[in-house]
Amino acid sequence: MDSSSLSSAPGLGTVDPQLQHFIEVETQKQRFQQLVHQMTELCWEKCMDKPGPKLDSRAEACFVNCVERFIDTSQFILNRLEQTQKSKPVFSESLSD
Amino acid sequence: MEGGFGSDFAGSGGGKLDPGVIMEQVKVQIAVANAQELLQRMTDKCFRKCIGKPGGSLDNSEQKCIAMCMDRYMDAWNTVSRAYNSRLQRERANM
Repeated sequence: MDSSSLSSAPGLGTVDPQLQHFIEVETQKQRFQQLVHQMTELCWEKCMDKPGPKLDSRAEACFVNCVERFIDTSQFILNRLEQTQKSKPVFSESLSD
Repeated sequence: MEGGFGSDFAGSGGGKLDPGVIMEQVKVQIAVANAQELLQRMTDKCFRKCIGKPGGSLDNSEQKCIAMCMDRYMDAWNTVSRAYNSRLQRERANM
């Protein structure tokens, strides 16, 4: 039994490293796909008025900006949460306050 | 190499699952799920954009609108996918 075939989940025994890698790659791909679905939906509301014969350059630019700003927003929230957590914890770690 | 009883479908023969077959099946299921997700959201958006007060049937202008809307939604999806991919690569380059 070589160490490279040991899975990260204890008690599972050996997991095929090929499957393990596959799961990791596909999970990553799915996270990407899900975000594309979500952002397309959100940005459609912000960038599309009436569907025309093609996506004009203004709408296209709007979609690109929308994606960038969405990611900026996500990062901003994470950063600020990390900062405010240090002084005033929002999520308490113990059940008794 | 284990699981060599048959590669036509997983689980044939001695009960050993061929990882290659499992992976292909999973990929197909994922692709189907993504297509369904896309269709569901597209239907929602295009219904909102193209159907005003629902009549007794879809008239010609509504059908034309839906057809255009579908194409525009695909354009939007592709644009978002490209933009997101570029951003991810930029983030990775900065790490």
